[in-house]
Amino acid sequence: MTTIAANPADHHAHDADHKPAFFARWFMSTNHKDIGTLYLIFAIFAGIIGGAISGMMRVELAEPGVQYLGQWASWLSGSEATWDEALHMWNVLITAHGLIMVFFMVMPAIIGGFGNWFVPLMIGAPDMAFPRMNNVSYWLTVVAFIMLLGSTFVPGGTGLGAGTGWTVYAPLSTSGSVGPAVDMAIFSLHLAGAASILGAVNFITTIFNMRAPGMTLHKMPLFVWSVLVTAFLLLLALPVLAAAITMLLTDRNFGTGFFDAAQGGDPILYQHLFWFFGHPEVYIMILPGFGIISQIVSTFSRKPVFGYLGMAYAMVAIGVVGFVVWAHHMFTIGMTANVKIYFTAATMVIAVPTGIKIFSWIATMWGGSISFKTPMLWAMGFIFMFTVGGVTGVVLANGGLDDAYHDTYYVVAHFHYVLSLGAVFSLFAGFYYWFGKMSGRMLNEFLGQLHFWIFFIGVNVLFFPMHFLGNNGMPRRIPDYNSAYAYWNEIASYGYAIMAVGVLIFFINIAWAFIAGRKAEDNYWGEGATTLEWTLSSPPPFHQFETLPEIK
Amino acid sequence: MNMPLTLDQQKSNMRIGLMAGGLAIAMVGLGFAAVPLYDLFCRVTGFGGTTQRVDAVTASNIQTSAAFINVRFDANHSPALPWEFKPERSVEKVAVGARDMSVYIAKNLSDKDVSGTATFNVTPVQAGKYFNKIQCFCFTEQTLKAGQQVRMPVLYYVDPDILTDPDTKDISEITLSYTFFPIDPAEKGS
Repeated sequence: MTTIAANPADHHAHDADHKPAFFARWFMSTNHKDIGTLYLIFAIFAGIIGGAISGMMRVELAEPGVQYLGQWASWLSGSEATWDEALHMWNVLITAHGLIMVFFMVMPAIIGGFGNWFVPLMIGAPDMAFPRMNNVSYWLTVVAFIMLLGSTFVPGGTGLGAGTGWTVYAPLSTSGSVGPAVDMAIFSLHLAGAASILGAVNFITTIFNMRAPGMTLHKMPLFVWSVLVTAFLLLLALPVLAAAITMLLTDRNFGTGFFDAAQGGDPILYQHLFWFFGHPEVYIMILPGFGIISQIVSTFSRKPVFGYLGMAYAMVAIGVVGFVVWAHHMFTIGMTANVKIYFTAATMVIAVPTGIKIFSWIATMWGGSISFKTPMLWAMGFIFMFTVGGVTGVVLANGGLDDAYHDTYYVVAHFHYVLSLGAVFSLFAGFYYWFGKMSGRMLNEFLGQLHFWIFFIGVNVLFFPMHFLGNNGMPRRIPDYNSAYAYWNEIASYGYAIMAVGVLIFFINIAWAFIAGRKAEDNYWGEGATTLEWTLSSPPPFHQFETLPEIK
Repeated sequence: MNMPLTLDQQKSNMRIGLMAGGLAIAMVGLGFAAVPLYDLFCRVTGFGGTTQRVDAVTASNIQTSAAFINVRFDANHSPALPWEFKPERSVEKVAVGARDMSVYIAKNLSDKDVSGTATFNVTPVQAGKYFNKIQCFCFTEQTLKAGQQVRMPVLYYVDPDILTDPDTKDISEITLSYTFFPIDPAEKGS
C-alpha cells in the first residue's frame, strides 16, 4: 500500500530505536507497542489461571457426586471445610472463571493487546493519542486483577471468596454474601471498568484524530473499524455496570435499598442494568475478533476483503442493535408475551449483520489463492465454530424455548462456542498472524498447526456434549448431577484434557520461537498482507512513522 | 513520545477525549437515573404485575360488568418479621368492575412493638395494569404493638377493560400477593 522512506532530515537527538532502560521501559511505559506487549503477557497469565480453574471444574464434574470441592475449600481456609463451604467453593470457582476470562483474559488481549499494538500501526499513527493514560489503563487492570484474586482469601458469606457468579445478581450478592470478598470483587470490576473506559477514550481519539494523511474512515483496515465500534460499546455500556455495582456496594454497606424488596427496591432492576451492560459486553469481546479474522482471511486468500463497507457497517449495526436486546437474558423473570416477542425478534435481527460478515468472509475466500498457514486455520476454525454458536444463539433467542433452556448446559454450550471457540480462536489467529511482527521471531509452522488441530478437537469434545446435557435438562452452575448426565460429562472432561495438551504445545511453540525461531522479515506473509504494519520492520522500530505515511 | 504532537493536535485530541469521557459520565448518570425511571415505568405500565392506585372518585365511575373473576389472596412475610400474616378468606369471586373489600389479618407474635411494610404484586403479570387499589394497608407503614392482632383491609376493583385486552381476556383468576418486611434497616442481612 505504502512505503516508508527514512527521513534524512531527521534532527532528533536519538534514533527511532532508542529504548529506555528496563524499569522505565516496562513499568512507566507510554509506548503503545510495549503496553500492548504487557497486556498480552498479562492476558496469557490470567488465561492460565482462568483455564486452570475450568480444569478444576471439569475434574469435579467428570463424575457424579462431589469429590474434590471439600478438599479444595479446606486447603483454602486451612481448616476442615463444612459441606456448605465445599459447595460455596464451587460458586467461587465459576465466579472466578467467568470474571477472569471476560475481564482479564479476552478483553486485555483483544483490545489492550492487539488493539494497542496494531491500531496505531494500521492507521499510520506514531502512538496512541494519550500515551500516559494508556499506561494508567494497563496498571489499573493489573490492580483490578490482584483485587479479584485477593477476594478468594477473605470471607464471602458461606465460605471464603466471592461466590456470586459473574453476573453478581442481587440478593445473593447483597444480603446473601456477608463479608469483604464480594466488596473486593465489585471494586475489582470498578477498576477494570475504569481502565477499559479510559482505553476506549484513547482508542476513539486515536482513530478519529491521528490517522495518517489520506487514511479516511472508509479506507481504515477492518480491524481498526472493529476496535472503533468496540470502543463506543465500552463507553456506553461499562458506565451502566459501574452504576449498577455501585448501587450493590451501597446496598451492601450503607443501608440503601436499590435492589432490596424490603425497602421498596427491586432485584430485577439489577438484572436489567447488568444485562444492559452485559449484552454489549459480549460484542465487546467478539467484534475485535471479527476485525482480526477479516485481516487474516484477506491476507491468506490474497484478495481484498469482500464487501468492505458492508463488513464495516455490519459491525456498527451489531453494536447498535446490541443495546436493545438485553432482556433476552431474563426471559424467565415474568414477562408478558409482547415483551418476549419484541426481545425475541430484536435478538434475531442481529443474525442479519452477523450473517453478512460470515458470508463476506466466505466470499473473500471464494476464488482466492488460499494458503493454509496456521493463522488461516484458526480463522477458518473461528468461522465454522462461531457459526455453530450463532445457530444455537438463534435457538435461545426464542422466548418460548428459553423458558426450557434457561440456566441449562445448552446455554453454557452456546456461549462457549461463541467465546471459547470464537473469541479465543480469533485471539490465537491474531497471535499466530502477528507474533513475528511483534517479536521479530517466527513461530514454528508445524507446532502451530498441531496446536490448532489438537485444540480444535479438544474444545469440540469439551463443549459439544454440553448441548446434549442441556437438552436433557442439566442445570448450569451445579457441582453435582444426576447420574443420567454422567456419560457426556465424562467425555467433556476428556475434551478438556485434549485441549490442555493443545495449550501446552502453544507454550512450547513460543519457547521454540525465542530459542530457535528464524528472524521475521518485514512482510513475512507476502503480497496478501497489505496493511501498514507490514511496511515496517519486524519488530517495528521503537518509534515508528517519523514521517507520516501517505495513503493513496 | 518521539514526535511531540503540535499544540493544535494536542488541543484537538483533548477535545475529542473530553467528549468521549463526557459520554461515559453521562452513561453513569443514566445508570442511576434508571432507578426512578424503572419505578415510574412499572407504575405506569403495570409491568411485572404492579398494581394501580386510584382515588375513590375515579373508582365510583367504573361500570360493573356481568363477568366474574376469582381473586386469590396470598400472604408472605420476611423471616426477620415476627408476625403471623394471612388473608381472612383465601379466594373471593368478584364481579369485574365492582368494588370489593378483602381483609388480611396480622398478629405480632413478639413482645415488642414492630413496624412493617408490605410489597405487592399480582399474577398473571399482565393483570397488573387492570388491578386497581383504592385503599390498601400496603400504602403506609403498619405498626403492631406487642401481641396485637389487627384486621387490615384492601379496597380494590378489577378494571372491566381486562375483558377486552387480548392479553388478559382469558384470565379467570388473579392472585394478589403481599410480602411484609420489617422497616428497621438493622434487620437487613448484610
